[in-house]
Amino acid sequence: MSNMGAKTLLSHSLRIAWKDLMELFRNRLGLVLLIVMPLFMMVMVGFIYPSNGGGLSDMPVALVNEDAGFGNSVLPSQVFLMGLQQINDQTHMLVLSNASSMADVKDMVQRGELQGGIIIPSNFSSSIMNGEQGTLIIVTDQSNPQISATIQAALSAVFNEMGTMLAQQNVQMLSPTINATNSLAVVKPYNVQTEGVVLGTPSYFDFIAPGIMAMTVMMSVMTGLPVAISQEKEIGTMDGMMVAPINRLSIILGKTLGQTARGLIQGVIILALAVGLFGVTIQGSILLVFGLLLLGVFAFVGLGIVITSFTKDQETAQMLMMTLMFPMMFLSGVFFPIQQMPWYMQSISQVLPLTYASQALRKVMVLGAGIPAISTELIVLIVFGVVMIAIAVPVFRRAMTR
Amino acid sequence: MENESIIEVQNLTKTFGKFTAVDNISFTVKKGEVFGLLGPNGAGKSTTLRMLSTLARPTKGTATIGGYDIVKHDTEVRKLIGIVSEKMIMYNRLTAKENLWFFGSLFNIPKDVLTKRVDELLELVQLTKWKNAQVGTFSTGMRQRMNVVRALLNMPRVLFLDEPTLGLDPQSSVEIREFIKKLNRENGTTVVITTHMMVDADLLCDRIAIVDQGKIVALDTSANLKKIISGADTKILNLNIANLTSELIETIRKLHCTDSVTQENSTTLKILVHGDEAFDSVIDAIRKKNGKISSMENLQPTLEDVFLHITGHQVRDSADQKIQNEKHGPFAQQQRRIR
Repeated sequence: MSNMGAKTLLSHSLRIAWKDLMELFRNRLGLVLLIVMPLFMMVMVGFIYPSNGGGLSDMPVALVNEDAGFGNSVLPSQVFLMGLQQINDQTHMLVLSNASSMADVKDMVQRGELQGGIIIPSNFSSSIMNGEQGTLIIVTDQSNPQISATIQAALSAVFNEMGTMLAQQNVQMLSPTINATNSLAVVKPYNVQTEGVVLGTPSYFDFIAPGIMAMTVMMSVMTGLPVAISQEKEIGTMDGMMVAPINRLSIILGKTLGQTARGLIQGVIILALAVGLFGVTIQGSILLVFGLLLLGVFAFVGLGIVITSFTKDQETAQMLMMTLMFPMMFLSGVFFPIQQMPWYMQSISQVLPLTYASQALRKVMVLGAGIPAISTELIVLIVFGVVMIAIAVPVFRRAMTR
Repeated sequence: MENESIIEVQNLTKTFGKFTAVDNISFTVKKGEVFGLLGPNGAGKSTTLRMLSTLARPTKGTATIGGYDIVKHDTEVRKLIGIVSEKMIMYNRLTAKENLWFFGSLFNIPKDVLTKRVDELLELVQLTKWKNAQVGTFSTGMRQRMNVVRALLNMPRVLFLDEPTLGLDPQSSVEIREFIKKLNRENGTTVVITTHMMVDADLLCDRIAIVDQGKIVALDTSANLKKIISGADTKILNLNIANLTSELIETIRKLHCTDSVTQENSTTLKILVHGDEAFDSVIDAIRKKNGKISSMENLQPTLEDVFLHITGHQVRDSADQKIQNEKHGPFAQQQRRIR
């Protein structure tokens, strides 16, 4: 008898899911948006945020050469300029121009024509030739901390490189028998080599693609479900289902199946875009990726149903979802690593299920992790899902028969 | 057999917070009857219907349909009933056939039976030609026909209709009325209908319950209800006065014999009067104010007059407002409640 009940429950749910998907596929604009939305998100976050630190390039920077020389020689400043030119030719970080004075540079930075300046003071060559440190001045645009920091970092790298070169030459001059490799070891005894868990250098896309996938699929149950149900309440079709002799649970189950299918379709689209357009590679099992997406849906369904039960119309449902989704998006490490956040923010993100979903997905996709490596995340998601559904079912039943 | 009841309502009450939408009502509906709930919006008709069709839970009281309690045996009740809601229950992006198929499939009807029934129902309302068109492209009349046949998928013994002619053009209204009559006559379906349209009630219903402010204020056949007026020695006059002024209307209203005055248009008044000398007093009063009576008619009472006579206000007042506002459904109900 209960077996029969379960069978009809499932059959009714499937009918409702079929109906929802039919409606979705007949909505052309909706279908286009289904593809465009994740594409936008990938493109935007992918290109706006710097991948591997080197995002900024072609920043206009002015050079002021006030070097008075040492005797007749301006060698040190010329060496510096050549070195700068050489390194910039490789990185294209700066677009160099000439300016007459520091005041001039500051003025142009204020007007927004320049993003920074490099000044070689008049005593530069004489200091170096006299065996003192040569000082260079960098003018930065404090209104834009990120660019300012990048220019500083870039120039520091140039100075560092040049410093090493000069020191190497000095060592070789002092001891002509030493070769280039050994002289480098004298100047810089330590070298760092990076070794990742997997081959290659992951781009920022590799970092965000799993997060966006997790987020989109979860959004579809968290926003899609309340919106779909409150919409049916508003247009009146919900009554049509409610007067049928069906279990109330089949309505919510059917809706969930429909929204899950929708979310998975979107997940596949994101995956295809990530792999096809942005060169993301999947190191782990693709089956595990889908399994995780489904688990994510399961974890969020309960929450979606609770929200559905409390919202009477579409507008409220959408507003409530927005309020919940935004902190989730930014606190769950979808776009930025959680470790960048202050401790109190980190502790909030520790209780958000999306954190675990995107973390697990990232481990599988980027690091090729298997089930044992993500067991903590799996347990958290399962427990969260079970608890939320246990709360949601009675709440929904009550809300449906007011 | 004829008098066997199918719906029994006892002390049914529904409150929303402090507001009482349905106030302790009791009535029975006989098998095969067309029963009307007539009243203005906010009178509690729709709420009553929603409770009977298991869509809302009564605050107090009980009701049975075919012997099944609407709360305890709601699934059994649902098998017996069909509901035509004021809102169109259909999905715009599905075709006529798909819509009926979807709702039918929720009733555990065997596939072959359902397929046949969907075709029959579409034929019944002349929509066979458009069965594969999305209902979003249908006209209001077509949509309402769809809305009605959707409720017939499970061959209900009781059909509830909530304002089935609201917002329809006269021709579509006639079609829907004819259809309901046919259904009642040929299949013996019991029909419970809510309306604020006097025509609907008059032409369709065997018995009418006049509902006002959550209570049933009168319940009888249309003919008997009208006798309330004739029996009470009340007459209805239709007066055409060429130089009608508001002052004149006030004068008539203040007369002892006048029950109510309604201005139909710039020159026409409809007045309810009582007493033997009512005609004389009205004519005298008008003459005294130099009013020119161009015509005068003694009207047969309508249900509208009955409503006015019993409740002291008109059905149309609030009903018209509703169409203008275009607010339907539970959200609109909330707003109305607040107001």
